[in-house]
Amino acid sequence: MDILNALVAVLNFVFIPAAAYGAQLALGALGVTLIYAILRFSNFAHGDTMAFGTAVTILTTWGLQSLGVTLGVLPTALLALPVGIAATALLVLGTDRAVYRFYRAQKAAPIIFVMASVGVMFVMNGLTRLIIGVDDQRFDDGARFIINVRDFREWSGLTEGLALRSTQALTVIVTVIVCAALFWFLNRTKSGKAMRAYSDNEDLALLSGIDPERVVRLTWIIGAGLMTIAGVLYGLDKSFRPFNYFQILLPIFAAAIVGGLGNPVGAIAGGFLVAFSEVAVTYPWVKVAGYLFPDWQPGGLLQLLGTEYKFAVSFVILIVVLLFRPTGLFRGKSV
Amino acid sequence: MSSNRQAAASNPWRAPILFAVLAVLFLLEGTVRNGMFSGSWNTSLAILNMGLISAITALGVNMQWGYAGLFNTGVVGFLAIGGLAPVLVSLPPVEGAWAAGGPRLIGALAVGLGTLALAKIAYTRTRRAWIMVLVLIGGFVAYRWLFDPAVTAIEANDSARTGNIGGLGLPVLLSWLVGGAFAAAAAWAVGKVALGLRSDYLAIATLGIGEIIVAVLRNEDWLARGVKNVAAIPRPVPYETDLQQNPAFVDFATSWGFSAAEASGIWVKLCYMSLFLVVLLLVILLAELALKSPWGRMMRAIRDNEIAAEAMGKDVTARHLQVFVLGSAVIGIAGAMMITLDGLMAPNSYNPLRYTFLIWVMVVVGGSGNNWGAVLGAILIWFLWIKVEVWGPNLIGALVAPLPDGDIKAHLLNSAAHMRFIAMGLVLLLVLRFAPRGLVPEK
Repeated sequence: MDILNALVAVLNFVFIPAAAYGAQLALGALGVTLIYAILRFSNFAHGDTMAFGTAVTILTTWGLQSLGVTLGVLPTALLALPVGIAATALLVLGTDRAVYRFYRAQKAAPIIFVMASVGVMFVMNGLTRLIIGVDDQRFDDGARFIINVRDFREWSGLTEGLALRSTQALTVIVTVIVCAALFWFLNRTKSGKAMRAYSDNEDLALLSGIDPERVVRLTWIIGAGLMTIAGVLYGLDKSFRPFNYFQILLPIFAAAIVGGLGNPVGAIAGGFLVAFSEVAVTYPWVKVAGYLFPDWQPGGLLQLLGTEYKFAVSFVILIVVLLFRPTGLFRGKSV
Repeated sequence: MSSNRQAAASNPWRAPILFAVLAVLFLLEGTVRNGMFSGSWNTSLAILNMGLISAITALGVNMQWGYAGLFNTGVVGFLAIGGLAPVLVSLPPVEGAWAAGGPRLIGALAVGLGTLALAKIAYTRTRRAWIMVLVLIGGFVAYRWLFDPAVTAIEANDSARTGNIGGLGLPVLLSWLVGGAFAAAAAWAVGKVALGLRSDYLAIATLGIGEIIVAVLRNEDWLARGVKNVAAIPRPVPYETDLQQNPAFVDFATSWGFSAAEASGIWVKLCYMSLFLVVLLLVILLAELALKSPWGRMMRAIRDNEIAAEAMGKDVTARHLQVFVLGSAVIGIAGAMMITLDGLMAPNSYNPLRYTFLIWVMVVVGGSGNNWGAVLGAILIWFLWIKVEVWGPNLIGALVAPLPDGDIKAHLLNSAAHMRFIAMGLVLLLVLRFAPRGLVPEK
């Protein structure tokens, strides 16, 4: 019985939150990796673009709710998502036109692109604050729990409860669908193959008649979709605050780099690796130890690091991986 | 900023003219009162003082980026760790804190550092990862065994008023140097690990270290009270209230036509300004001398073509580490000065947008690779950063005036304060595009 209790505690406090968080990071890292593969720079504006897409989705959600449109048990935000993606796609295509295309034509050094993306980050950050403010916004509606603690306890007879929030399940399901669609697109369609060809060898791709500007446009549109979906899922699961989206830049970059920049499979693996390590390192294991070894009185909470140091975990993973494998676990690119 | 840094001959009057324009802006701020300027010398000098600190920070960043091409996005971390120095150096000692857990704490930190060193030695000697991991785990357990009780004891000591280890009660000016040393030590540790990385990998690694340093300050209450903040950090200049009670000063103020309250504020700010100017000019002097020396030529050669420099026998990694440490030390000094000026250590105020990326805007706008450019950019951008908060709402107010009163108008007016981010982003993008080498380009 105690082993079961310990297992449920791990599921409840470590596995489920980490899986949901990992899925969000994976989507974010996929966007970073895609932009890196095609445009060849680390996009510092990624987090703030996610915030922008989410803000538009939230406003649309509120609009739908005031019209009385809801999705029943599912969050209304899913219905508003296409609007958010479309707005974000228009915005990033606009910034590409106004900012990045110039440097592309000049064949500027990658670091110039990074710096320009810092400028874009400022503008997007201001834009998001302008349209939705700086405060916390909650916009999840529909059913809150798929499994709630009390029902689970009654059903199983265990002392430890298990909760599965609908947003957590939704995150994982949406991520699986999006990843499958993305891989199908990259591997099976002509445009996807053109993108991969361009990413592998720009000159060869140009020779075979691929239009680079079209590849770049497609990348931004797909990137906008990934960013908005990741942002909305993160906002549904936690809550929405513009500054938080700036802060998840580090774990997202860490995930993309750990997997190998430019490698989509690596981005997904990196996202889950970073999320599981963050949660496992900052979880107080004393409860689980209590079930497994009832006679043992540990001195503390058996918490390796305080929750405040979550970011430190992603950073340490990043450094360790780069020291031993400079291009990431799945051998990404390097410019 | 462009890939070709060989400059075309630029107008020698450019920098003096731009500095004159800047001076006029501060004069207007001090004398003219209208929709754009406040007409108060106190405001003008307050902006200038923070601008001077920003200028020193920008000089540090300029050493790393302008002279060595290192993209450091952890500026906020080095500023914050420098800001720790005034707390640890100049605050009076906290009664009982040292007895509560001081020696044990020092022991814990020594064990922590020793573990890292031992793990490094174990790995380089044996090349076996598992030995290193064992050393790290053992060291971590020992560290926590020493560290946790010491921290609990210190934080329990009069926790409402202090609850931290306290300072040494030394003069606050000394802490500026100590702040530089703190930042240099942190930079050495970061650089040892991260400087082998390529440009944008380094940017992301330093972004991480910045976040971590701020997280430590926010959560380690024993060090500087964390989010409970440390107030009343000693000053190197007189207090306004003392001046107002000094009859000689009041007479002096009235003879110039100022009220005692206003004059005392101006006097204190002038004192700070002189101190900051001394540091700024000293840093510029040293940086210029270093640049004109063979060392400076070598640094620029490495920046412009690493491979060629390496082929000529220059140790690129060692030089990068050197300039990274030096630049961070300058940033750390600025961090200590900032806390001295504020008189308050508030870890929650260290926001990377403001303390990392805004500094970058300053360096790029001013002219990377040129010390005077960095100074100009820093003071100018800081002036704009402060004033856009006033100008933005005024502008939006004028624009929406014809609109009928209602939710949309109210929302636009309320969010006008966020205009400053958009404005700064646009300035950065426009400069990168149309004057990639900045307002005062490298000679």
